[in-house]
Amino acid sequence: MKTENIKHEENEHSYTGLNSKKLLMWAFLGSDCMFFAALIATYLVNMGNNPPGTPFPEDVFSIPITTVSTFVLLMSSMSMVLSYASLSQNKIKAFRVWLLSTVILGATFVGFQIFEFYEFSHHEVKVECGDLIDASKREKLTDLQVKIGDEKCIEGVKKVSEKVPLTPQVNLFGSTFFTLTGFHGGHVTFGIIWLLSLLIYSFKGNVSPLNLDLAALYWHFVDVVWIVIFTVVYLFGVFPGY
Amino acid sequence: MSAEEHNHPNASKYFKIAIILCVLTALEFGVFYLEFLSYGIIPILTVLSVGKFALVIMYYMHLKFDSKLFTYIFLAGLFLATLVTFALMILLDWF
Repeated sequence: MKTENIKHEENEHSYTGLNSKKLLMWAFLGSDCMFFAALIATYLVNMGNNPPGTPFPEDVFSIPITTVSTFVLLMSSMSMVLSYASLSQNKIKAFRVWLLSTVILGATFVGFQIFEFYEFSHHEVKVECGDLIDASKREKLTDLQVKIGDEKCIEGVKKVSEKVPLTPQVNLFGSTFFTLTGFHGGHVTFGIIWLLSLLIYSFKGNVSPLNLDLAALYWHFVDVVWIVIFTVVYLFGVFPGY
Repeated sequence: MSAEEHNHPNASKYFKIAIILCVLTALEFGVFYLEFLSYGIIPILTVLSVGKFALVIMYYMHLKFDSKLFTYIFLAGLFLATLVTFALMILLDWF
């Protein structure tokens, strides 16, 4: 019965000679590119239009942490493709191990994102008052640090801090950033649920290489979107001249 | 299994691609902190990012080995997406 099901699925070819489900998945991914492009463009156009005294990208982004989460997502793509390769060779145990690894790495990435969102919404700006006097150190401070430092640093005070949370309501940077990365996180979460369901179904013997291939395409797409977000939103976002 | 699937890379090739992706990400991270590059980091980071993007879609998504029609469909979406991005940025005076 199971073998018959697999054969049936793999023979669902369109008049192009290609599998129609796979063709549809590629068409969906092409359209999803436009969805994310619209969000990225909206972010780029609006990220600098913020009222003074509210956080800018350079105030909140932590590039080392985001680099680690990017590594995690890239590794999940590797485990995903190894899971697919194992299933294609009928190595069921290896397929399950790699698929579970992908789920864990994906969940870790979402964990990083939740941690980041929490940190941003509780962001605190800290300023060493001495840095305001030293010209070389002052020019390395963000506009928000200078503003807070100039307002709060009085004689005898060494260090000042102020809570400046970044939420979607605070400024356009917050609105567009949370919308973009939130939708990406939503895509990753949906992918995790999809992969978990495939893992559960594999114990009933209902997973074909085609089913996994469709999920894998979606998963890798989420990864390539993050590759773009990491560079354009995070790295370019913090670069002072951008 | 279709004929195309037989041409897919093996596990060691996938590992090699993963190592290259990690190296490219590490390079992005390193380049970002080279202050003397100034605006030069924009083309460097763009090239590194495009390289990672291409590696994933070619090898992990198998576009290099599958039917060209999949590539055309995806690239059409990607082309329109790029167009949408630049159109919005021009429209809203970003440049």
